[in-house]
Amino acid sequence: MTVAPKREDYDVVVIGAGPAGLAAAATSAEAGLSTLLLDENVGPGGQVFRAISSTPVTERNLLGADYWGGADLVKSLGASGAEVIHRATVWSLDRNLDLAVSIGGASAFVKAKRVILATGALERPFPIPGWTLPGVMTAGAAQTMLKSSALVPDGRTVIAGQGPLLWLLAAQILRLGGRIDRILDTTERGNYFAALPHAFAFLTSPYFAKGLSMMREVKAKVQVVSGVTELAASGDGQLASVSYVGGGKRETIPADLLLLHQGVVPNVNLAMSAGVEHRWDDLQLCWSPVLDASGNSSVPGIAIAGDGAGIGGANAAVVRGRIAARAAVESLAPAVAARLPAMATLRADLAKAERGRVFLDTLFRPAPQFRIPSGDTIVCRCEEVTAKDVLDSVAIGATGPNQLKAYRRTGMGPCQGRLCGLTVTELMAQARAKTPQEIGYYRLRAPVKPITLAELASVPKSEADVKAVVRG
Amino acid sequence: MTTNVDAIVIGGGIHGCSTTLHLCLAGLKPVLIEKDYAGRHASGVNAGGVRQLARHIPEIPLSIRSMSIWEKISDLLDDDCSFESHGQVLVAENEDELAVCRARVAELNALGFTHEELIDATELRRLVPAVADTCPGGVVSRRDGAANPAQTTTAFRRKAEQLGATVREGMAAGNIRYGDGLWLVDVGSDTYAAPVLVNAAGAWAGKIAAALGEPVPVETVAPMLMITSRVPHFIDPVVILRGRKLSFKQFKNGTVLIGGGHLATPYQDRNETVLDWKSLAISARTVFELFPIMRGATIVRAWAGIEAKMKDDIPVFGPSSRHKGLYHQFGFSLHGFQLGPGAGAVMAELIVNGGTQTRISDLGIDRFYPATS
Repeated sequence: MTVAPKREDYDVVVIGAGPAGLAAAATSAEAGLSTLLLDENVGPGGQVFRAISSTPVTERNLLGADYWGGADLVKSLGASGAEVIHRATVWSLDRNLDLAVSIGGASAFVKAKRVILATGALERPFPIPGWTLPGVMTAGAAQTMLKSSALVPDGRTVIAGQGPLLWLLAAQILRLGGRIDRILDTTERGNYFAALPHAFAFLTSPYFAKGLSMMREVKAKVQVVSGVTELAASGDGQLASVSYVGGGKRETIPADLLLLHQGVVPNVNLAMSAGVEHRWDDLQLCWSPVLDASGNSSVPGIAIAGDGAGIGGANAAVVRGRIAARAAVESLAPAVAARLPAMATLRADLAKAERGRVFLDTLFRPAPQFRIPSGDTIVCRCEEVTAKDVLDSVAIGATGPNQLKAYRRTGMGPCQGRLCGLTVTELMAQARAKTPQEIGYYRLRAPVKPITLAELASVPKSEADVKAVVRG
Repeated sequence: MTTNVDAIVIGGGIHGCSTTLHLCLAGLKPVLIEKDYAGRHASGVNAGGVRQLARHIPEIPLSIRSMSIWEKISDLLDDDCSFESHGQVLVAENEDELAVCRARVAELNALGFTHEELIDATELRRLVPAVADTCPGGVVSRRDGAANPAQTTTAFRRKAEQLGATVREGMAAGNIRYGDGLWLVDVGSDTYAAPVLVNAAGAWAGKIAAALGEPVPVETVAPMLMITSRVPHFIDPVVILRGRKLSFKQFKNGTVLIGGGHLATPYQDRNETVLDWKSLAISARTVFELFPIMRGATIVRAWAGIEAKMKDDIPVFGPSSRHKGLYHQFGFSLHGFQLGPGAGAVMAELIVNGGTQTRISDLGIDRFYPATS
């Protein structure tokens, strides 16, 4: 059944029901603000707690204790009185805090006094030769299938890349009886030294023990090749083999499935399309919104929480959600704010949750050759544009991603740059000897996710239209 | 540091870029000053219509002049600008609208213009098979077409630069002043000096004109466009409607551009626009009714470019009524893209020769100052 929003105006609209959105919506609604939580998925949880209310994987240790922490957030939200709509795709948000949302094939417009964006993260593009072949997918996509349908790979499977999520996924696949033939670790050797000064904070964070035991668990069962410096997928219309150079040795292994992952980056599309200012983050190598300590963006009334505010992980996301919601309560119902946990307490919680992050960011900073492709390697899959095509366009005057659109239509396909944006920025920056900040990013516009013409044609008419019909 | 040049052109839209190029072709050394980058606003993001059809009569001679350049655009720019000529068709949705079309074509014929032809239902169906059966006819301008606006504007800029123009992007023209027969304009810490100044600053041109003592009735607008995902090829010409706000064009790659002049809210100082989805929904409904084939298509993006619209919808084009060496080229009021190539050529003639064979006398800024003209 399709459920449209009950009202046209809300105090707070929260977008995304991952850890940050769940916490923000619950806090806001508990404080008595009219609160609407819109989420694209079929149920709450976002990616980290995906299918938390519906997963067929019921044996708790298979997905890990952290996963089940999501259930408490969902419970609090249920008790809070927030209006929650799933399968709801917000396709437009502007600086007047007008939102357009598609629910079950019909669009509605709502207006908010405050918007909290909790749209989370995306996997960083991993543009190696052959990455668009059928049989190559992201680790995140594999994890989605695992959590929502308990599906694990049974063919010859190679996992390549780096980062905490890669090890988590590997452990989850193995626990569910899936097959992994080899793990190709692309972490740069130099990163271990660079990360060393930040190691103390990491050692005292909860990530450390968990991460270490997970890596041990995986390494006991799977051959792991570390120090991989080159990587390519090949096959005729379908993945057949993976070639790599590890420890100076080149090897090619047959494979039916290659799962790629080199970290996650903020999902910036909705925020950017609303006009929120972003800056290039040189450590995390991505665009992050410019925010104050309460998560407020450059657009008055729009706050950002969770990984969309800069990658911080699930625990930090929950606290950021609470901080953003508290700020909304302070502004809309100051009397009630006094009853909420003090901002200072929340910020202390956040500092604790973020401990060890710099270590992880430094250690798992992806290597240039896996971020900035060359030659015939595809950059933009929607329009099949290669790295060479981009460089050729730079040579005849394309100075940034927006000018490149005119030459190559990069970023103009259905993905709106989600799969190529970072690659294009870094590739053009390198070619033009500029910083990514100077090169900039695509100007993103609504609809942030495509809608059908028929759906747009059937939105409720404005008052002016109705009057025109009456008069005519 | 002050650099002497032959002309200073402010504004890197298609008009400023075209004028700069044509000044180079005439042997001058101009500088082009663009606060963002060439084609950043309306010139780079408009519908790309190359249209003589349905123009205001005062600008038809300029449009015809421009068309002859469009047809050889590759020779001029070494870039085809993705220009395609499949005609533009104006559709009458009922007999009353067709009667207006008939009168219009008769009026043009009486003035000696023959580019617009009245067509009946049969010819309309031949040109636009997908149009709704109820439409009784319309008007066609067969040489019209469309081009890629960003590619075109960039090609003009690139060619001008190759021919010796200095292009300054990313910093606004400031402190515009006149003394000792020279116009002086600052760009950051640099100053350019020239006997000629061309105001082609689009949505920002009205302010420049006003600061130089020639205020005109102009507003900043942002017409919205949206584009669909690829659909099977079903239409060649660009289609516009007589009665409702709609323009419609399918590209070679299958995507369909839907425009027609519904306006976004411009935030000029921030280079931003806020779209009005309720108006875009009206466009979607019109397409839904007229082109059933489009009903399942997907809207992937919508946008709006900032530009200047005159109260009388006619551009300001020609010499200043007050200052020697100052020329205006702005206010193209949602239909300036096709005029760009011709307007640049004519502007260069005005500057270099002091006159032109192309009739532009109704476009001058002096129309707003009858007492002083």
